[in-house]
Amino acid sequence: MTTLAPIGRLRGRTATRRADVVFRGSTRVFGGAVIATLGVVAAVLVVSSAPAWTRFGVDLITQTTWDPVRDVYGALPFIVGTLYAAAIALLIATPIGVLTAIFLSEFAPRRVAIPLTFTIELLAAIPSVVIGLWGIFVLSPFLRDTVDSWLIATLGWLPFFRGPSFGVGLGAAGVILAIMILPTIVSISREVLSSVPNSQREAMFGLGATRWEVAVKAVLPYARSGVVGAAILGLGRALGETMAVTMVIGNGQDIPVSIFDQAQTIASKIAVTFNEASGGFQTQSLVAIGLILLVMTLLLNVAARLLVSRAQRGPIR
Amino acid sequence: MATEIRPGADLPAVPTRPTIAPTSGRVPAAAPDPAPAARTTKIEARDLNLYYGSFRAVRDVTMDIPANKITAIIGPSGCGKSTFLRAFNRMHELAQGARMEGRILLDGVDIYDRSVDAVDLRRLVGMVFQRPNPFPTMSIYENVSAGLRLGGGHKPTNLDAIVEDCLTRAALWDEVKDHLGDPGTSLSGGQQQRLCIARALAVDPEVILMDEPASALDPIATLRIEELMLELRGSYTIVIVTHNMQQASRVSDQTAFFSMGEDRAGYLVEMGQTATIFTNPREQLTEDYISGRFG
Amino acid sequence: MSATPGTLAGSRAPFAERLAAVRGSRRRVVDRVMRTVALAAALVCVLPLAAILLFVVIKGAAALNLDLLTKPPKALGTGGGALNAILGSLQMVAVAALVAVPVGILGGVYVSEFASRRSARAVRFAADVMVGVPSILIGIVAYTLLVVPFKQFNAAAGSVALALIMVPVIVRTTEEILRLVPHEIREAGLALGVPTWRVVLSVVLPAGRTGVLTGVMLAVARAAGETAPLLFTALGSRLVNVGQFGQPMDALPLFIYNGARQPIAALNDQAWGAALLLLLFVLGVNVAVRARSWGRRAG
Repeated sequence: MTTLAPIGRLRGRTATRRADVVFRGSTRVFGGAVIATLGVVAAVLVVSSAPAWTRFGVDLITQTTWDPVRDVYGALPFIVGTLYAAAIALLIATPIGVLTAIFLSEFAPRRVAIPLTFTIELLAAIPSVVIGLWGIFVLSPFLRDTVDSWLIATLGWLPFFRGPSFGVGLGAAGVILAIMILPTIVSISREVLSSVPNSQREAMFGLGATRWEVAVKAVLPYARSGVVGAAILGLGRALGETMAVTMVIGNGQDIPVSIFDQAQTIASKIAVTFNEASGGFQTQSLVAIGLILLVMTLLLNVAARLLVSRAQRGPIR
Repeated sequence: MATEIRPGADLPAVPTRPTIAPTSGRVPAAAPDPAPAARTTKIEARDLNLYYGSFRAVRDVTMDIPANKITAIIGPSGCGKSTFLRAFNRMHELAQGARMEGRILLDGVDIYDRSVDAVDLRRLVGMVFQRPNPFPTMSIYENVSAGLRLGGGHKPTNLDAIVEDCLTRAALWDEVKDHLGDPGTSLSGGQQQRLCIARALAVDPEVILMDEPASALDPIATLRIEELMLELRGSYTIVIVTHNMQQASRVSDQTAFFSMGEDRAGYLVEMGQTATIFTNPREQLTEDYISGRFG
Repeated sequence: MSATPGTLAGSRAPFAERLAAVRGSRRRVVDRVMRTVALAAALVCVLPLAAILLFVVIKGAAALNLDLLTKPPKALGTGGGALNAILGSLQMVAVAALVAVPVGILGGVYVSEFASRRSARAVRFAADVMVGVPSILIGIVAYTLLVVPFKQFNAAAGSVALALIMVPVIVRTTEEILRLVPHEIREAGLALGVPTWRVVLSVVLPAGRTGVLTGVMLAVARAAGETAPLLFTALGSRLVNVGQFGQPMDALPLFIYNGARQPIAALNDQAWGAALLLLLFVLGVNVAVRARSWGRRAG
């Protein structure tokens, strides 16, 4: 990073021309606008959900009944659904993503690594709704007829794998989310792994380590906080992802237990219910769980960015 | 710096230095080698050419490196010293597009033979790098035992004893024995480098390659590393690359002088007893370099 | 360890024997296996992209015809095309870009040229956080501020929601690119007595224009694919809406979402067709823009 002063400060107080002042002022307004929008987003969600918080309090989070007829709203099933789907996604995507990052940064020759990284980053650009479309018509039936039936046959005695599978459900949502967060985990992990100094690799090689040992005993530990940050950033994306999940998670109102249960995440619940809820406590309660989602994603994002930026400066002792 | 080179007359009489002083707990250096013919030469490099892609970094080097002595490789920067050193533990081949021609025999074993795995070789040919590079996520103890904990060969049963022994031999034990659990990076630069030497010693190598091991250290830390090298001599074959000619003259038994040809490939100008090289070199090029008249 | 360290040279086993003794065949197998596993993981990462592309191209191409591009959906039953969605996406994204591009670029200029270290960090941080805010929440905010007061779902609210998604992306890319513009260029301009604003607009920004354009195009591509912010704002419409920003408007992502939810094969097919159009645009922009910067990095 450069330590040079920004151009605006070069001239200091001598820059008194009116045009300069106006220009500088307007850029400041726009820069400030970014911070302001964040404030506005938070404020709108807080204000719009306030009546629901006053009325229901923590029941919004701890109760399991979401009933517009009786006008009581407890969002626990959706909160659990959000965490459950994100956990499945993370469980699938982290090992694959980190291994891929290791492959790209440690094993693959440049002429393989560069196009492969490019391709994986392209996956991140595919619109959520297109992935959802593929999820409904291709992935879900495929999972139902192959992986799901096998899981039910072998692990069906566990409550987490109790059938039947309809294809759509938590498991499919988890797989879709895993696909969507893979590029995040891969590209950030790859960056932090690549920024590990070569002297660390040489030290391990010099002791008679294999390439794999160098990767997991020297490079990965050095970059561990960044890799954790990459996973957390992926988790943040998984929590907030809406369309693709909405399209493949089915529509369940109870706390999910089995991965084949249909469920809702906070985001998908908002997506499918918001327009039907015409004002009143239901809308406010939907905004309230949106606020919970905002808080969760913000915390995760901040934590992840701190970890990643620290990792690029060196390992945590 | 070449400009600071003092004339050879001031050099210590390296070849006549007595065998290393025995320290407590260590057996003194052995009397004459039991099988001199097989023992006097540890490494034989034959017609070695090293390339990075199409660029030839080292050209036609043939060299014998004596066992249990210190051999210094000196020469201007960019003359392929480090590349040459890295051929001995096959670290050279890790670079993109790296290639070698020729042969290197270690105790008569061709280390580039198909039957020899570079990974195995590096357990017996240790290396100490230009900058101290302890593993920051490992404690001092874990750093020293890192190579042993990789597995392979016989599993050590007495890890604690080996760690203590290696740290003692690296002249670091007294300073760190009360906080072996601290991270390796909590030490000073000089201590870190001695930690790296201890780490290299722990796998009981026969050869230790040192790539400008003191270039990142202050004079006092440098002195300790040099003393340490002299103590290790006799038990290990040490090859050190250094840009510091005084250092070469202080610590080494043999000195090899590398230079760079028109094609930027490094080649061996001459090699001999350190005292001879620094006082009475055969080649004009060497004479010029050690007296500071080089480029 | 066949001997404790400190063994004297003479008492070590011969080198060849020791070399055989340290032979880590199990470690070598682990190395081989795990490197293969890592390669497999990389292929697994590419698999979904390939599968998605394959199905969208096959199913989308089957549904692609002139009607899809030139006709709105029929008022009743199935048939017709996606003209309402195509025009809607073009309009809403264009208006969003009209708002977001100047705001984003000037915001980025502020961060790189004028801001103190602290405010630069604050804006950068806010932009990073905004990128991480789930887009459905942006939809709720736009709904609250621009739909509720007018008691009418409208395309303007949709455009604003999309703009909110584009701005932080443009701010960050602009700022990162401008920081790479050599300082001498600025000094040269200022030394000639050119006012700061002219130096920025006619020297600094042009110097970074490819990078800034990259950021803008990536932001446009991202906005074009967003569905969630439009659900409660533009809502979607079966009618072709040109220029009526106070009315509901369709967009390709909404068209795909609604088509995919119906149990009618003809509508599903249209969704695939629309998905192909959307993907062509989004991936086309991404490949064009990224390939250039990647090419530069690789070369």
